[in-house]
Amino acid sequence: MALDDRKSDFKFVGTRPDRPDGLDKVTGRAKFGADAHAPGMLHGAILRSPHAHARIVKIDTSKAEALKDVKAVITRADFSDKVPFKPGLEGEFWNVLENVMAGEKALYDGHAVAAVAATSALAARDALKQIEVEYEVLPHVTDVDKAMAPDAPVIREGAADYSVPEGMHPNVVRYHESGHGDVEAGFAEADLVIEDSFVTEATHQGYIEPHACLASLGNDGKGELWCCTQGHWIVQKTCAALLGMETSNLRVTASEIGGGFGGKTTVFIEPVALALSRKANRPVKVVMNRSEVFRATGPTSSASMDVKIGMKKDGTITAAEGIFRLQGGAFPGAPGDMTAMCGFAPYNLTNVRQVGYDVMANRPKQAAYRAPGAPMGAFAVESVIDELCNKLGLDPIDVRLKNAAYEGTKASYGPRYGRIGLVETLEAAKAHPHYAAPLKPGQGRGIACGFWFNHGGETSVSLALSEDGSAQLMVGTPDIGGSRASMALMAAEVLGIPYENIRVTVADTATLGYNDVSHGSRVTYASGLATIKAARNAVEKLCERAAAKWGIPVDAVKWEDGCAVPSGPNAGDFDPMPLADITTNMGSTGGPISGHFEATPEGAGVSFGTHIVDAEVDPETGKTAVTRYTVIQDAGKAIHPAYVEGQYQGGAVQGIGWALNEEYIYGEDGRLQNSIFLDYRIPVASDLPMIDTVIVEVPNPGHPFGVRGVGETGIVPPLAAIANAVSNAAGVRMRQLPMSPPRILAALKDNG
Amino acid sequence: MNYHSPASFAEASALAADATGITRFLAGGTDVLVQLRADIVTPDNLIDIKKIGGVRDITRNADGGWTLGVAVTGAEMSEHPELGRDWPGLVEAMDLIGSTQVQGRATLAGNLCNASPAADSVPAMFAAGVTVTVTGLGGDRVVAVEDIPTAPGRTSLGKGELISAVHVPARGQNAGDAYLRFIPRTEMDIAVVGCGVNLRLEGDTITEARVSLGAVAPTVLLVEDCANAIIGTTLDQAALEALASAASAACNPIDDKRGTIAFRTEVAGVLARRAAKIAYARAKGEQA
Repeated sequence: MALDDRKSDFKFVGTRPDRPDGLDKVTGRAKFGADAHAPGMLHGAILRSPHAHARIVKIDTSKAEALKDVKAVITRADFSDKVPFKPGLEGEFWNVLENVMAGEKALYDGHAVAAVAATSALAARDALKQIEVEYEVLPHVTDVDKAMAPDAPVIREGAADYSVPEGMHPNVVRYHESGHGDVEAGFAEADLVIEDSFVTEATHQGYIEPHACLASLGNDGKGELWCCTQGHWIVQKTCAALLGMETSNLRVTASEIGGGFGGKTTVFIEPVALALSRKANRPVKVVMNRSEVFRATGPTSSASMDVKIGMKKDGTITAAEGIFRLQGGAFPGAPGDMTAMCGFAPYNLTNVRQVGYDVMANRPKQAAYRAPGAPMGAFAVESVIDELCNKLGLDPIDVRLKNAAYEGTKASYGPRYGRIGLVETLEAAKAHPHYAAPLKPGQGRGIACGFWFNHGGETSVSLALSEDGSAQLMVGTPDIGGSRASMALMAAEVLGIPYENIRVTVADTATLGYNDVSHGSRVTYASGLATIKAARNAVEKLCERAAAKWGIPVDAVKWEDGCAVPSGPNAGDFDPMPLADITTNMGSTGGPISGHFEATPEGAGVSFGTHIVDAEVDPETGKTAVTRYTVIQDAGKAIHPAYVEGQYQGGAVQGIGWALNEEYIYGEDGRLQNSIFLDYRIPVASDLPMIDTVIVEVPNPGHPFGVRGVGETGIVPPLAAIANAVSNAAGVRMRQLPMSPPRILAALKDNG
Repeated sequence: MNYHSPASFAEASALAADATGITRFLAGGTDVLVQLRADIVTPDNLIDIKKIGGVRDITRNADGGWTLGVAVTGAEMSEHPELGRDWPGLVEAMDLIGSTQVQGRATLAGNLCNASPAADSVPAMFAAGVTVTVTGLGGDRVVAVEDIPTAPGRTSLGKGELISAVHVPARGQNAGDAYLRFIPRTEMDIAVVGCGVNLRLEGDTITEARVSLGAVAPTVLLVEDCANAIIGTTLDQAALEALASAASAACNPIDDKRGTIAFRTEVAGVLARRAAKIAYARAKGEQA
C-alpha cells in the first residue's frame, strides 16, 4: 500500500466518546434476541437427549401432535435431505444440521432430537413430555485421551479427513504438523530440557444472553429471521442450506447481542424455529434456557498437551516441541491446529515442531471462544518456560525478551512476521510499576505472553450522506464490543464531521452486501477499514461536486477538516466549502452522495500481549485470590481506547474464570453435572482485582489508521500467567486447569 | 395448580392436610419458584403463607430471646438494629445466601424446610439452638431445628404440618456465635463446607458450646465431639487442633461437582478452627 494511505495524527480517533447504543442499553430500550414479537406467534421448545450416546430407534410424536395447543412437531425428517456428509470440516453444513437436530444417533447429553411449536411457552414445554423416544444406549466417551485410545467407542466412521495418519482411531478427525529446524539437535544443545504434560477442561463462553430467535417462513417460501448472532449472513447461508431454500429468500436481522465471544458464530435454534414455522405456518419464537445453553451450545475444547523445551543457561531456547490434543465434541472442528500454531508463535526459534489433533467425543459441538485453541497452548508452553526460568534462576521477562519474535522472524507456524509489537509489550511490562512491586508472603507472580493471528474476512460497508450534512453508516458486523462507536470515530475522522452526526446501523442481510461474522478480532480492523474507504469514496464525490461548482479540475480539490478546499494556491482562490454546503442541494447537483466499499482485507496484522499476575493461595483451603493484574497488549492504534481497555480487561476476567474454577463436569453416565451458573463458576465482580491495562501502539501497516484487532489476544496469556502466579505462590507446579481449591489443596498435600 | 393464601396457620395446615398431589408452602419462594421454573417440581397446590398476620415480625421476647415470623427475609434480619448484635453468626449466615434480590425474599424457615445439607442458615441455627413452632391439625408443638431435616430434601414434618414461627434463644452474657462457609468464589455460591460455632465463657474458659457442620453429610450435623473438644478450654492451640480433628472425623461427605471427600473433610477442620476463634472473640466482647 502507498505511504500516503497512512495517517498518524488524529482529531477523533483516540478519543473516548459515549457509545451510540449506550442509552438504549442502560434504559432497556435495546431489543435483544428474546424481545421480538409477531402477531400469531407460537413458542418453540426442543426435546433433548438425556444420553451421551444413543441410537434413536423410534420417535413417536403422535401424542404431542394431538394436543390442542400444539401446532407443529418436527424431527430430522423436516430438514433438507440434500445436505451431503463429507469428512472433516468439508461437510460443515452437514455437521451443523446433525448438531441442530439429531439424525440416527444422539451424540451428547442435550443433543436435540425433536421440537414443538405451541401457543404458549409452557404448553410447548409440557408437550415435549408427550414425545416418546426409544433409545438404544451406546458406550460413550467424553475425555480427549480416552477418545483417542484404541478401545474408545467410535462416534462416527468416515469423519476423518485426508490429514489424519493411518492407524489413528476414527475419533481423530484432523491432524496438523508444522515447524522448522531439527528439534532433536536443538535439545542436545540445551543445558536444561523440561518436558511436561498439561490438561485443560472445556469452558463455556458464558455470555449473559441465551440464544433467542423469532422465525417466520411462509407458504410463499419467503422467510424472516430475527436472532441474536455474531453474524447474520452466515446464519442466512446456513439456515437456507439446512431448510433447502434460496439464500436470498431468507432475510436475517441481527438483534442487539448480550455477549458472544465466538459462541454465536454458528446456528443452534434458528433452523429449528424456521422448520417449526414452515410446518405451523405461523411465526415461532425459540428462547433457550441457561441449561440448554450449557448442554447444547458450544463450549470451547478440552485439551491434553505435552510440551518439551530446551534452554541454555543464558535463557536461549534451543528447541521446542508440543503435542496438542483437543476434544471438540461429537463433530470435527476442535482447533488443535490453531493451538499448535499459536503455542510457540511469540518466540524466535531455530528448532520447533508442533502437532495438533482434532478429536471427537460425546460432548456438544465446540464453538469458537476468543482466540480458539490459543489459550490452552499458551498455558502449556508458558508454564514450561516459567519452570525453566525458575530452575535456571533467570528473570521471566528477560528470557522472553531474549527469545522474542520481531519483524522478519520466521514464525513457528511458517511465515515471516511483518512489523509486530511483542518486544514493545515485554519492555512495557518490565518498566511497569507492577513488575517491581514487592510481593507479600504467600503471594506469587506470573508472567506470560500470548499470540493471536487476527482476521480480515469478507466485508461490505455503505455510507449515505443526508442533506443536512449528517451521515448514516451501514455495517454488517453485529456490535459485540463497542464497534458502532469505533466506526463512527473512523468515519468522523475521514469526513471531518462530528462523531455525534454519524449514525451507525447494523444492517440486515437484505440491505447490505455480504459480511463475515464478528469474529477473529476483525471488526475494528476490517469493518473499520471498509468504513474509512467508504467514507473516502464519499469524499471523492464531495470533491467532484465542489470542483464542478468552482469550475476547476477535481484533482485540484482536496478534503480538509470537513471541507472541500483548493489543493494549492494554483488551483484557485475559493473559500472552504463545508460538507453540509455540498449536501444541502446534492439532489440537483448530481444526486444523492453515498460511499461504498466491499473487499476481503488481508492485512489484519498479528497481535501479541504480555500479562503480569499476582496471586495469593490460602495454604489451608487451596483458595486463590488474584491480587493484582496488568494486561499489556499491542492494539496497533486504539480507535476508542476505553473499549480497547474493556477488551483487555474482559479477556483477563474470562481467563481468571477458566484458570481457577470454570469447567464442564461430566458424570460417569456422560451427563453434564453443572449446567447452571450456580455450579459452573464464572467469576463474580467481587472475585476480581482492578485489571490494569497498558495499550501499546505499534501500527499495523495493513490498516489505514494502523489498527490491529484486540478482541482475542487478551484471553491467550491469562491461563498461563495465573498458573505461573499460583504455582509460584503455592510452591507446587499446577499443570491441570481449573486450579480449583480441591485440586490445589491436593497438590499441596502431595507436595508435603 | 391451585394457589391458596390462607389467613391463619390452622387454615394453612387444614389446606395441606386435605390436599392431594404435590403440595408446597410458599414463603420467600427462592427454592419453590426456582424448582417450578426449572421444571423440577410443579406443585398441584401452592399454599402462600405470606398473607398470615405477623409473619414478617421480628419480636424480642420477655426472656431476651427472639421470635421471627416465617416470612422474615434475610434483608430484614440484616437490617434489624438489635438481632445481629445478639446473634451475628446467625444473621451473617442468612446474609450469605444468594444475591441482594434473593435476600429480599429468602427466609430461615424456607432454608430449613428445603432440607439441603448445604443450606447456610441451618448450621448457624443448629449452633444457636434455635427452635421452631410446628403447626398441624392437632395444634402446635415446639421442635429443635436439628430435628427437622432428615435427609437431602426431606424433613420430619408430617402431612398438614408447617413451621409457624422461629425462636432464637436469649443471648445471655459472655457468649458469641459465628458461621463460616467455604466457597471457591467470594459470593453467589453454595457452601462446599459450612461450620457454625456458638459458645459461652466464664473468664477465658469455654463453658458451653455448640458446633455444627454443613455440606459434609446428608443433613447438617450438630457435632457433640467438637463441642467437647473446646468446652473447658481457653481455645488454645491444642483445643483448636482437637476441634479440627473432631470436625474432620464427623464428616461423611460425597465427591461431587462442588468438592471432593478429602477436600470437605480437611476444610471442615479448618473452618471449625476459624469460626471458633471468631465466636470466642465475640464472647470476649471483641470486634470480629
